Amino acid sequence: MSYEFLQILWFVLIAVLWIGFFFLEGFDFGVGMLLPFLGKKDVERRAIINAIGSTWDGNEVWLLTAGGATFAAFPHWYATMFSGFYLALFLLLVGLIIRGISFEYRSKDAAPAWRNRFDWMIAIGSFLSSVLLGTAFANLARGVPIDENMMFTGNLFTLLNPYGLLGGLTTVAIFLLHGANFLGLKLEGELRERVNVFAKKIWVATTVLYVTLGIFTYIAGFWARGFVDPGIAPITALVVLFLAGYFINQKMEGWAFIMVGLNIVFTQITFFSMTFPNVMLSTTNPNWSLTIYNASSSQYTLGVMSVIALIFVPIVLAYQGWTYYMFRKRISTDKKTLVY
Amino acid sequence: MDVVTLSRWQFGLTTVYHWLFVPLTLGLGWYVAYFQTRYYQTQDETWNKMAKFWGKLFLINFAIGVVTGIVQEFQFGMNWSEYSRYVGDIFGAPLAIEALVAFFMESTFLGIWIFGEGKVSAKVHLASIWLAAIGSNLSAVWILIANGFMQAPPAASYVFNEANGRLELVNFFALITNEKAWIFVWHTLSDGLAMAAFMILAVSAYHLTRKQNIDFFKRSFKIGAITGLIASSLVFLGGHTMGQYMGEIQPMKLAATEAIWETEQPAAFSLLTIGDLSGRKEIWSIRIPYVMSFLACNNFTCAVQGVDELQAQAVAKYGPGNYIPLMVVTYWTFRIMMAFGLIMIGASAWFLYATRLKDYENAKWMKLVPFGALILPYAANASGWILTEMGRQPWIVYGLLKVQDAVSPNLTVVDLWISLIGYTAVYSSLAVAMIYLMKKYAIAGPDAAMHESVDVAPALIGSQD
Repeated sequence: MSYEFLQILWFVLIAVLWIGFFFLEGFDFGVGMLLPFLGKKDVERRAIINAIGSTWDGNEVWLLTAGGATFAAFPHWYATMFSGFYLALFLLLVGLIIRGISFEYRSKDAAPAWRNRFDWMIAIGSFLSSVLLGTAFANLARGVPIDENMMFTGNLFTLLNPYGLLGGLTTVAIFLLHGANFLGLKLEGELRERVNVFAKKIWVATTVLYVTLGIFTYIAGFWARGFVDPGIAPITALVVLFLAGYFINQKMEGWAFIMVGLNIVFTQITFFSMTFPNVMLSTTNPNWSLTIYNASSSQYTLGVMSVIALIFVPIVLAYQGWTYYMFRKRISTDKKTLVY
Repeated sequence: MDVVTLSRWQFGLTTVYHWLFVPLTLGLGWYVAYFQTRYYQTQDETWNKMAKFWGKLFLINFAIGVVTGIVQEFQFGMNWSEYSRYVGDIFGAPLAIEALVAFFMESTFLGIWIFGEGKVSAKVHLASIWLAAIGSNLSAVWILIANGFMQAPPAASYVFNEANGRLELVNFFALITNEKAWIFVWHTLSDGLAMAAFMILAVSAYHLTRKQNIDFFKRSFKIGAITGLIASSLVFLGGHTMGQYMGEIQPMKLAATEAIWETEQPAAFSLLTIGDLSGRKEIWSIRIPYVMSFLACNNFTCAVQGVDELQAQAVAKYGPGNYIPLMVVTYWTFRIMMAFGLIMIGASAWFLYATRLKDYENAKWMKLVPFGALILPYAANASGWILTEMGRQPWIVYGLLKVQDAVSPNLTVVDLWISLIGYTAVYSSLAVAMIYLMKKYAIAGPDAAMHESVDVAPALIGSQD
């Protein structure tokens, strides 16, 4: 396999990991943000948590694997992005920490104040993570200041530009919608009704934000600065978002969930094809951008990692898929069947 | 303080903190899996309760290891970007494999174990706890292979690429068969088992002295004593083997743990030393002749090189600089680790002997000793890692890259203070919640552990149901 082929392969693999992460953890973040608002009683909140209880941790590993794969395959990308987005990532870590610990600890004490505090930490942690991930990706699409030594020269406020913030908000909205659709599939009774009503409302907000973001991206010329024209990917993303609206109105929760999931997938495809072969665009001088060529590991390392990925990715996909099948049943708020 | 110092403090604090919890996860998982296996085979309800009760403590502890582990993976890039550029071609691979092979396995199957009872067959439920335990121990293996490269980069595994100024992997097999790393694996995994054994001993003794669930806790205590003795002996043997390698690969670390300034043959082991403020002059010490030679090379008469000679050698090889680690830290952490490790062997042997006595649960020492002994594995563990990491200073990758050249150049002191204070605040709160729950569930005992929440009274959020 040629060096260039391996570099492209690993760009695609990392894209796939991010797509998987946004698709899977996206609804977990959405569910987390909805938790204190949707669940009025303790059993309801527990039912909402249980909808993602057995799988959220596995979903989060997609992020860790994306991080690890970036380190292994494109060390400069990993080094520049992680050191450059330092405070944003620090806040993301805080968000992930307080969310993760709360899933485990919230039911281990019955005091309402204890549970309420952890429920809010789940919501705040999920919000923080969503808004920061969205902002970070919007900035990657927009480009960030990078000097000739691959060094990020901005700070936290560099990332908080209007486009970045719009990306953050849009991501929050999409994850809320995705989470609501997922809960519509997993819950029953009154809770299910409530979440379906919410899905209708958040769909409108999401669509407005999403279209605005798309127009902004086009007008600002972030569209296609690499080799590849995203082509019909963004159009498909928009079409499936509208279809999701239709299915939500028809109370076809499964289809609505799939459509929003596809919207996330096609949005990410658009993002990655917009930048390819760049991995981090420099706004200081386009020649100083990090690309799959100047940021990658050696051919040998990419080759070894390809073999390992080829063996283990199918295994992981198989057992993770199997857990979703295993826990496919709806969750009731009946105390007898509710795992605390 | 400058960015390098603050980054080192942050990495040290977050890593030692992470590692206060992980060994218990690594060790206790095996016990829970074993108890559940016994239940599966015998249908004896006590085994079931043991799996549930110790499993609950396992989960409370597990959560902290998971959430603080994300920080570990991210901070190489966040704080040590130059390190990441320089060795990413080599170091990134085990990290990515750790996530792909171990983290997925651990988290997915633990999810099945927690939520799957009754939904999956008993066999699958049992398999899931084994897979979760294997997954978490596998993750330790991969991170130790990565750390092994920092401690003792195998010469066959890498080359320096002049064109782009970084190290590149040329032999993956040499990287993963690094002997030094596998001794670390041995030392670390057995240490996890020892820590879990001491946790089981402490909690069991608490209940035994209160005459609660005698059968349950006597069984636990005995298993804790047997495995505690085996595991702490394995830890010791692993540590001793590591000492021999140290003389070969990092002689400076060895000399610094002993505060040997001048080369000695045969070398005496200093048990305790009080030195003057410069650390160079002894005021008072107890020394045992020959022992240091034995520790370093399994031979009572070999020479152990002194710090002064090694410093001169390092200057000749790497250029001017200070190649001596902070000796007061290496000297004392080594003594704490070794003394506590030895006491662990003695204590678990004593506990095992005691289980053969009649009514040992009523003995006076049971009230304090097993609980007090819990400090041993925690302190020994933290000391061991501080020794191994600080003993490598000034190197981040031994002989290849210095810590001061590894830090992210774009970070400011303000960035570091924000994150350092932030992590400290978050981590302290986590510890408070974790200790509160650990204590509560440990005291509540096995019957309560059969329910998810110890408080059987309904939780009241928004309604009175």
